[in-house]
Amino acid sequence: MAELSMPASLGGVQPKFETRGLKAGFGSTWVLNGIDLKIPPNRVTAVMGPSGCGKTTFVRCLNRLHELTPTAMVEGAALLDGEDIYDKNADPVAVRRRIGMVFQKPNPFPTMSIYHNVVAGLTLNGVRDKKKLDHAAEHSLRGAYLWDEVKDKLTDSGASLSGGQQQRLCIARALAVEPEVILMDEPCSALDPTATAKIEELITQLKRDYTIIIVTHNLQQASRVADYTAFFYLGKLVEYDETAALFENPKEELTERYITGKFG
Amino acid sequence: MVGAAAVGIIALLVGLGIELAYGSSLSISTFGLSFVTGSTWAPIDNIYNALPFLVGTLVTSGIGLLLGLPLGLGIAIFLSERKGSRALVTAMGSLVELLAAVPSVIYGLWGLLVLVPFMRDYVEPTLKGTVGFLPIFSGTPLGTDLLTAGVILAIMIIPTISAVSRDVLNAVPNSQREAMYSLGATDWEVVRKAVLPYARSGIFGATILGLGRAVGETMAVTFVIGNSTNFPSSLLSPGYSLTSLIVNLLGTTTDPLADSALVEISLLLFLLALTINFLARGLVWRMTRGTKFRI
Amino acid sequence: MVSRRSQSWRRNFDRLMKVLIGLSVVVAIVPLVLVVGDVIVQGWSAVNWNFLTQIAPSPCSAGDVSKFCTGGILNGIEGSFLMVGLAALVAVPVGIGAGIYFSEWPESRISFVSSFTNDVLAEFPTITIGVFIYEIVVVSTRTYSALAGAAALAIVMVPIVARTTEESLKLVPTTLREASMALGIPRWKTIFRVVISTGKAGLATGILLAIARAAGETAPLVVTALYSSYPPTLHSVVPGGPTASVPYIIYNFGTSGYPNWVTTAWGAALVLVTFMLVLNLAVKFFIGRKFAGVRAEI
Repeated sequence: MAELSMPASLGGVQPKFETRGLKAGFGSTWVLNGIDLKIPPNRVTAVMGPSGCGKTTFVRCLNRLHELTPTAMVEGAALLDGEDIYDKNADPVAVRRRIGMVFQKPNPFPTMSIYHNVVAGLTLNGVRDKKKLDHAAEHSLRGAYLWDEVKDKLTDSGASLSGGQQQRLCIARALAVEPEVILMDEPCSALDPTATAKIEELITQLKRDYTIIIVTHNLQQASRVADYTAFFYLGKLVEYDETAALFENPKEELTERYITGKFG
Repeated sequence: MVGAAAVGIIALLVGLGIELAYGSSLSISTFGLSFVTGSTWAPIDNIYNALPFLVGTLVTSGIGLLLGLPLGLGIAIFLSERKGSRALVTAMGSLVELLAAVPSVIYGLWGLLVLVPFMRDYVEPTLKGTVGFLPIFSGTPLGTDLLTAGVILAIMIIPTISAVSRDVLNAVPNSQREAMYSLGATDWEVVRKAVLPYARSGIFGATILGLGRAVGETMAVTFVIGNSTNFPSSLLSPGYSLTSLIVNLLGTTTDPLADSALVEISLLLFLLALTINFLARGLVWRMTRGTKFRI
Repeated sequence: MVSRRSQSWRRNFDRLMKVLIGLSVVVAIVPLVLVVGDVIVQGWSAVNWNFLTQIAPSPCSAGDVSKFCTGGILNGIEGSFLMVGLAALVAVPVGIGAGIYFSEWPESRISFVSSFTNDVLAEFPTITIGVFIYEIVVVSTRTYSALAGAAALAIVMVPIVARTTEESLKLVPTTLREASMALGIPRWKTIFRVVISTGKAGLATGILLAIARAAGETAPLVVTALYSSYPPTLHSVVPGGPTASVPYIIYNFGTSGYPNWVTTAWGAALVLVTFMLVLNLAVKFFIGRKFAGVRAEI
């Protein structure tokens, strides 16, 4: 499926992430059945599909989070800038450092202040210089469009913010370690429309500096923020194209049925 | 009718307290505050003070916690973070539960006949050789002393601490761990920076519960603590805990003052146990709020 | 390469901590293995059919071969059976009753206070319970007795029975109760016929656990029943006389220093541990996976 794995319009751009035959599952059941996909750099790529199609599992394989579940299985390769993150010499800790993740439900650390939440990734890596940390905190909070709202209460608990603010805090936390890729697993599904709009705007800004992969079940959201969309069904990649092209002119019948709401 | 049973339970605890207070009244009126501040226990002179035994209880329980907490917590982390093979985790979990099921009198027997010689012939001489200059390690190692009692208590409270801590750690939402992992943390860093802080108050509660168990333990301590009414001057001195004193001396005297003193010691124990219990319950409940959790 | 050299000390520290944690598990398990192991090794030679059917030997020094130097723990076994049995006679109905009340009338004030009290009592130092019974029974009857011992054990057993009863009854779905009441069956009958019979495995568990706990209790018996070298008779109960028990034998003989008594203590320990193990296995067998949420603690 070589032609499928990369939208034609991108030509010869080196993909940021490339999966080859990526399979993943739990126990004795495979959830992903061999995915070949090339993710372009500095763009927003959406992964969509009905429940159970493997989109969340796919994304969790990209930062090696999937394997943390007991009974999890993974096969195949995922190349970040050409290097396989599943190589047996690869260090998962270092891999995850380069990839940030934002989860479906905001999960700030409740025992830490807002400030410490944001710089958590930096202190993990041994950064102690207060000036560096302060700078990183402000920079990331600005980058997440949260600075103005929290700059006077940085010592408050991370859990004291509203849902939308918490999610932007988690984004700031992910930004602070300066990842190359940001994975987002349905980041707006627990938020109200106003908060959602703020985050969608944020995503569109972030892609200038980061490669973003977003799992979403919301077709309108995908059409608003994603440059490219990959459609998964039952663990297989069905179609992958520029978002506009995929929605207006789906090449596969399954894709068309999904888009027109005929299932999931 | 079933309501009567429920009321009966309340009546029982209340009655217990009242009876102990009543039985100690002679001793309370005779000694007043000096009961807990004085260190003389001299039946000949009719003086009964409880400080040596309070110290005995607190010191042995303290040692028990000092040794038992890291071990119990280590087991809890091992069981809840599930980094080992499934079979190993299940086996360890069952073994620890079995540990809790062995009656304390058997720990006591083993303690006297196996642990005491071991302490006397190996551990304590080594301690004396290395840190013997410290006053808390002064005296001849006999094996039956506060230190050994502390070790036995540690062994006995490990299952309590590990079981409660394990439940507390399991209650930490997985999303917290995943957030820490996704920032690029090692397994231990995830535990130390995301799991343990979140579970802080619950673990503290588990500790207090372990303390409660140690304070209330009678038989295991009685076998190995040396049974001396003198104020213990070092960890290697024999002594008594509140519990072991009662079990050894109650019923052996005809002097009503002595009897009353022993009952007052029970009262002290009663109050100590209640305080610790309430503290622990509050802390653990705060952590696992909503879960149908019983200690 | 995606790995970074500067992070290697973090990786090593992680490995160190994993080793330490593994070590702590081993260190904690070792005493259990040793205790049970020693009990088996030391007690094995002592236990045989005679051991279970003869009364305790007299204290003898090493090498003494008179026939009074061998014996068993029959007095202790019969005493324990008697006192645990008497205790259960009272504790089981009271415990089940209270447990029913906690489960079926959870809104009531009494339920809240009593349930809390129940939990406190379950973890209480048993010696204080012994002192309580000593004061109100032994002192007033001027004798140690099987009744006093049973009374103390009953107080130890009630919270366990009540707690397990409450938890297993709470697992019975409300819809069952509602269906029964909707059919016009009165509340008390609903409880007894429908709820209890559904939750009866849990009730049985509670009883077994309580018996296991009571069988191993020593401290309260030391101050209420003390000891006798002969098996209990009616006299031990009414008007009352000192009664032997297996845990007391372990305590008294184990600290005595007489070699044959120490051996008897090990044998008694083996008998007790075996009894506890059998009960525990019975509990696991009966409840299976049904009560995953109930952490059975003795």
